[in-house]
Amino acid sequence: MSQDDSIRTEDNDASAPIHPTPMLDELEGGKWPSFVTGLKRLRDAKDKPYSAFMNDLLGQLEYSYETKTGYWKGGAVSVLGYGGGVIPRFSEVADRFPASREMHTLRIMPPAGMHYNSDIVRKLCDIWEKYGSGLIAFHGQSGDIMFQGCSTENVQPAFDEFNELGFDLGGAGPSLRTSVSCVGHARCEMSCFDEIKAQRMIINEFIDEMHRPALPYKFKFKFSGCGNDCANAIMRSDFAVIGTWRDDMKVNQEEVKAYVARVGRKYAIDHVIAMCPTRALSLNDDDSLEVDNRSCVRCMHCINVMNKALSPGDDRGVTICLGGKRALKIGDLMGTQIIPFMKMETEEDYEALRDLGRKMMDFFSENALEHERIGEAMERIGMPAFLDALEIDADPNMVNHPRTSCFVRTEGFTEEAEKYLERKAHKDRLDIAAD
Amino acid sequence: MSTAMTRRRAIESGIPDPFPFMHPLMKKNYGTWAWHDRPRPGVLHHVARSGDEIWTVRAGTQRQMDVFTIRKLCDIADQYSDGHFRFTVRSNIEFLLADQAKVDPLIEELDRHGFPVGATGNSVSMVSHTQGWLHCDIPGTDASGMVKGLMEMLHHEYTHEEMPNRVKITSSCCQINCGGQGDISINVQYTKPPKINHDLVSKVCERPAVVARCPVAAIRPALVNGKPSLEIDEQKCVCCGACYAPCPPMQINGLDSTKIAIWVGGKHSNARSKPAFHKLVVAELPNNPPHWPEVNDAVKRILDAYKNNAHDWERIGEWIERIGWPRFFELTGFGFTKFHVDDWVGARRTMNMSAHVRF
Repeated sequence: MSQDDSIRTEDNDASAPIHPTPMLDELEGGKWPSFVTGLKRLRDAKDKPYSAFMNDLLGQLEYSYETKTGYWKGGAVSVLGYGGGVIPRFSEVADRFPASREMHTLRIMPPAGMHYNSDIVRKLCDIWEKYGSGLIAFHGQSGDIMFQGCSTENVQPAFDEFNELGFDLGGAGPSLRTSVSCVGHARCEMSCFDEIKAQRMIINEFIDEMHRPALPYKFKFKFSGCGNDCANAIMRSDFAVIGTWRDDMKVNQEEVKAYVARVGRKYAIDHVIAMCPTRALSLNDDDSLEVDNRSCVRCMHCINVMNKALSPGDDRGVTICLGGKRALKIGDLMGTQIIPFMKMETEEDYEALRDLGRKMMDFFSENALEHERIGEAMERIGMPAFLDALEIDADPNMVNHPRTSCFVRTEGFTEEAEKYLERKAHKDRLDIAAD
Repeated sequence: MSTAMTRRRAIESGIPDPFPFMHPLMKKNYGTWAWHDRPRPGVLHHVARSGDEIWTVRAGTQRQMDVFTIRKLCDIADQYSDGHFRFTVRSNIEFLLADQAKVDPLIEELDRHGFPVGATGNSVSMVSHTQGWLHCDIPGTDASGMVKGLMEMLHHEYTHEEMPNRVKITSSCCQINCGGQGDISINVQYTKPPKINHDLVSKVCERPAVVARCPVAAIRPALVNGKPSLEIDEQKCVCCGACYAPCPPMQINGLDSTKIAIWVGGKHSNARSKPAFHKLVVAELPNNPPHWPEVNDAVKRILDAYKNNAHDWERIGEWIERIGWPRFFELTGFGFTKFHVDDWVGARRTMNMSAHVRF
C-alpha cells in the first residue's frame, strides 16, 4: 500500500550535497501519497535541470519546518501582454538555498470540468520538465493547474509552449479570476444546465478582464449544475450560477416503492420524508410518493438519496446568487439570491446569462471601492439601491422574510405593489400560453 | 535564452475546450444521464438514458505532484481507462471506464502504487488545502504536511463510506482562508498584533492602502524614529493579518502567535438546510510540525462524535443543529468560552434570542 518505488526513475547520487530533511522525512511512507517523496524524486533526477533547484527547495522547506516560518516574498513577473496569471516568489533565504532563489507559479486554466487525457497531460509534463521544477498541483484552490517552481527567465518560454498547446494563463490580483464548473452534463443526472458551455462562454468572452487586472478587486464566477453545488459556487464566488428547475420534479413511483422496500418504511420516512426542509413530501399508504412541488425548494436531498426514483423536472435553468466571499473585510457573506430563475435552453438563454455577468462586472468595476468585493459593495449600498441600479425587480424569493425594521420611507409603495402584481399577472399569462 | 527576443504575442484562448479530452461515453451521453449507484466505496456507476454505462474509479493524490507520479497516473489511465481521467475540486483523480471488467484490476493497480481508492458517498474526502510554506508568501503553517498527517489518520474513512453524510475538511495557512468553509476547517488563527519593522514600512508599503485594509481601523500613520511608518492600536487589533499582504513589514507570523483553530458546520450544498458558515470549536492549538498531533486529535474527537451520534444524512452542522451546542461540547469534550460568542458584524443574530434551552 505504501508509495511505490517503481515510480522513481533515478537512483540517488550518494555523492551529491543533499540537504538533510529529518522533519520532512517523517512525512514519507504510510498509506497516503507523500508530496515529500515526490519532491525527492525530482531532486534525485540528476540528469534534469530542476534537480539542484529541488534540493534547495527541500532545504528551504525543512528550514521552514524547523523555524515555523515561511520565506517567500512576492514581486512582479508576468508574460508579454498580460498583467496577471503568474504568482512571483523570491526566496528570502536565497543565501542559504541559492538554486531555489526564484520559485514562480504559472496559473494555467484547465479544460472546463477538469477533463484530461494522458496525451495532453504528458505534453504538459514535458514542458514543465524543460522549463520548470517538475512539480504540478492538480489543482489550486483557484481552480488552476499550478505549475510551481519557475525562474523569471523561464516564465515566458514555458508560457509560450503551454499557450501553443491551447492553454492560457488564469487570473490573479484584482481581476476576473479562473472559474470552476462541476462535472455536470458530462456525467451527472442532476445537472440542470450545460455548465461547460456557460463557463466557457462567459469567461472566454471577458478574458481581457482576466489578463489585464483593472477591477477594484477579484471577481469570480463558478458554475454548479444543481443545488448540491459541487463547485462550491455560493460561498466561493462573486457570481454563483446554480442549476435548478421550474416545473414538477419527476417521480418514478415503481422505483420509489423499490427503495422503500429495500430500506424499510421507517427509514424512508425518517431519512427522506422528514428531512425535506419544507415538508413537501409525503409517503402514501401504498409506499408511493406525494410531492408538493409548489413548496419544494429544489434542495436536492430526496433526489440525492433516491436518485433512481427522483429527478429534476424538464423546465430547467439557473438561480443566480451574488456576493459570496470569506471574512475580509466585513465578515463572511454567502451569495445572495438575485435572480431566482433564468431558463437555460437556447443559445439566446446562454447569451442572456453572459450579458447579466457583463452587467454585474461593469457595475462592480464602476462602483466598488478599491479592494472591495461585490458582496461588500452590495452591503454598503444596500440591497434596494443595488437592485434599483441594476434594474432588477424585487422578488420575494430574494429574502428569508420581508423587513422587520420600520425605519423606512414608503412613498410610492402602492405603485410598486401594483407593478409587482402586473408583472406576476403577465408572467402567469405567459405560462398559460406556453402550456 | 533567445526567446526574450522573439516577442511572441499570446493567444488569448481562455478556458480550453474539454471535449477533445473527454471520455467518448461522456461526450455521447452529454446532458442525458439517468441515474447512478455506487457498487463499492470509490466507484461510481452512471447509467445514461441511452442505456450506456460508465464506471468511475476515484483515488486520492498528494495534490502537489511530481511529473513521475503524474506520468504513472497517465500510464494507469492508458491501461485501464483509454487514457481518460479528470480531477475533482478536492484533487481526487477519477478514471473513467467503459468496461466494468477493468474496475477491479484498476483498483488493484492503484493500490499497488499507493493511491487510495475512495472519497465517494458518505466518506471523508481529501482535505482541500493551500500552498503553505512550500510556496505562499503569507503562510502561518504548512498545508501539504498537515494534510499528509490528517489523511494518514483518515485513510479508513476515505476508503470506506461509514459516515452519516459526506465530510468535507478544509485547511488554511492564514486567516484569508483559501481552503474555504468546511464541515471541519483547520485554520491558522493569529493571537498577537503584527510586529512592525519601522525601517522598511516607508520603503515598501503604500501607507494609506494599509490603513484602509484594516477591518477595525486600528492602523494609523505615525512617525517612528523620525521615519514615516505606521502604528497599531493593539487594543483594537483583531490579529487578522490583513495588513501583512499590502505591507510585509507588518509581520503577523511568529513562533508565539501563530496558533491553529478548528471550526465546524460549514456547508456549501443546499441539500436539506441552507448553505452555512463554519463555527469555532477550539483555538490556541499549537502549530506543531511535522505531525501536528494536537490538530489530528481534535479532528478525530469531532469525527468520532459525529460518526457515533449523527443520524444518516445529517451533515456535521445539521447534526449539531439537532442536538444543540451544549451537547456537542459535551460529546467532544472541548470547553466553551467567551471567545465562542461572536462580536463581529451581525453577531446578535447568532445569539439565542429565545427561551429554548437544552439540559
